Amino acid sequence: MSALTLQNVTKRFGSTDVIRGVDLEVAEGEFVVFVGPSGCGKSTLLRIIAGLEDQTSGHVTIAGKNVDVTPPAKRGIAMVFQSYALYPHLTVKGNMGLALKQEGVEKSEIERRIAAAAKMLHLDTLLDRRPSELSGGQRQRVAIGRAIVRQPKLFLFDEPLSNLDAALRVNTRIEIANLHRLLGGTMIYVTHDQVEAMTLADKIVVLSAGKIEQVGRPIDLYNKPANLFVAGFIGSPKMNFLTGAPAEKLGATTIGIRPEHVRIVPTGGNWEGKVSHLEKLGSDTFVYVAVEGADMVTVRIVGQEDFEVGATVGLAADEAHIHRFDKDGRAI
Amino acid sequence: MSKARSSFARSGFVHLALGGYTLLALFPIFLVIANSFKTRAGIFSAPLQLPNATTFSWIGYQTVLKQGDFLGYFQNSLIVTIVSIFLVLLFGAMAAFALSEYRFRGNLMMGLYLALGIMIPIRLGTVAILQGMVATGLVNTLTALILVYTAQGLPLAVFILSEFMRNVSDDLKNAGRVDGLSEYTIFYRLVLPLVRPAMATVAVFTMIPIWNDLWFPLILAPSEATKTVTLGAQMFIGQYVTNWNAVLSTLSLAILPVLVLYLIFSRQLIRGITAGAVK
Repeated sequence: MSALTLQNVTKRFGSTDVIRGVDLEVAEGEFVVFVGPSGCGKSTLLRIIAGLEDQTSGHVTIAGKNVDVTPPAKRGIAMVFQSYALYPHLTVKGNMGLALKQEGVEKSEIERRIAAAAKMLHLDTLLDRRPSELSGGQRQRVAIGRAIVRQPKLFLFDEPLSNLDAALRVNTRIEIANLHRLLGGTMIYVTHDQVEAMTLADKIVVLSAGKIEQVGRPIDLYNKPANLFVAGFIGSPKMNFLTGAPAEKLGATTIGIRPEHVRIVPTGGNWEGKVSHLEKLGSDTFVYVAVEGADMVTVRIVGQEDFEVGATVGLAADEAHIHRFDKDGRAI
Repeated sequence: MSKARSSFARSGFVHLALGGYTLLALFPIFLVIANSFKTRAGIFSAPLQLPNATTFSWIGYQTVLKQGDFLGYFQNSLIVTIVSIFLVLLFGAMAAFALSEYRFRGNLMMGLYLALGIMIPIRLGTVAILQGMVATGLVNTLTALILVYTAQGLPLAVFILSEFMRNVSDDLKNAGRVDGLSEYTIFYRLVLPLVRPAMATVAVFTMIPIWNDLWFPLILAPSEATKTVTLGAQMFIGQYVTNWNAVLSTLSLAILPVLVLYLIFSRQLIRGITAGAVK
């Protein structure tokens, strides 16, 4: 049975279409990440699933039950918000137990679940504190704990890491991945960060302008992007795109090649250009080469190398990894 | 170093300006209180002088306590003010919550309509209000005053509170909804505590005009049983002779309750800042 089904869901605010017909099937236990640029409707879609927003048309089914008119609390979901959204007047324990109290769960059971979640998230010693006495990372863990104790059919995460600093973000990301392994619950996770999407997801849903661009395993999206948008969005640094003569030679309107599939050769190769900028990260070196008649081409070299800015170099593309796109931007 | 000196000079100037304004604002109050402790001759011969051995007298306060039922007047004023503030805050906050939280047709128009009352003084409708009160038999009741003052205070309350409520995190309210809290619980337990400073501001702005009002008590509730303090003080002001001792004593006494209420609210103003709920 699928944990979540969306059938032709649309959402309109006044005269603007925010979601334009989304169909999606999420299997039980799957970790699905909605990713897309800001304003693509991913958060709105999550809020429709949560029931915080009504869809204009279409159907939402959670665990086989149609929930089109079910209020959020009765949908069997739990949500973690970007700004934590802890209740300021309650302690950590109170925050975690409130939903269960509303559901009428027995007191001893509430205690048991809170204790289990607190242990899992290392919150045992903080249970009697108020949110104002916690650090950002601790607050986010409490918010996650508040979701866990409900034992929902569906976990919803709305950009939960974007308020944390870089180091904490990596830690919490690993913690969420572990949590998914441990609980085996179905999780829907919204982010604009494609690294989070690639590392966490079983399945990525790429959204743009209210429509699904592609659904698939992270590696499939990386290896076989369905269109220009996905090709450009997944992967960092971005895929290089060339139009005009080099593309026509291969029978496409646009061709794309990832930075790691281009090598720098002294002369010859597929294209020639001038080195315009270098970024040395230690483990990698990114070389930006201005190719005549095309945009900037980024080359990723593993290890540390040096090039002179302004030098003319040849670029050799790994032919097997060239992506070809037709005039509508679809992959050929 | 020169920077420190110039900032010292600047802060000195700021203190001078603020101190000067404070003196200016407090001077009439000082006059009222100082003269309320003087004999009639003392008030007229040297109004700016502090009471001394020859001019000191309790006569004003004695008159106030003997004539008329001033305890009753105070009670009326307090009942009217407190109940009105309570109703203004309750309904104002509810309307503000609806305006800031829910999307519905005519939301903006409704907001403008409610804010219109800030620009149009309620006294313009005095005749109609009086007719209405007569028709409903509410003349000479405190209820009449409470109703009018609630209507008078609501526009500003809705205006200020809806601005503040817009700033309360949506995530927090949505978290409440996901956890199964009712809209009323979200309103009372999550939103109201976060806008407490704004509530205190509204309470202060609502309270002062109500306490000081003479117009509506005079028109709607002039009977002995429903007189407010400001109206009570009028009985010492005659067309030919005014009992200044009594008037000044009444006014001095009238400052006290409102001062206490203000202190209560301003404490809330400071305490109400709840940090840490939302980043």
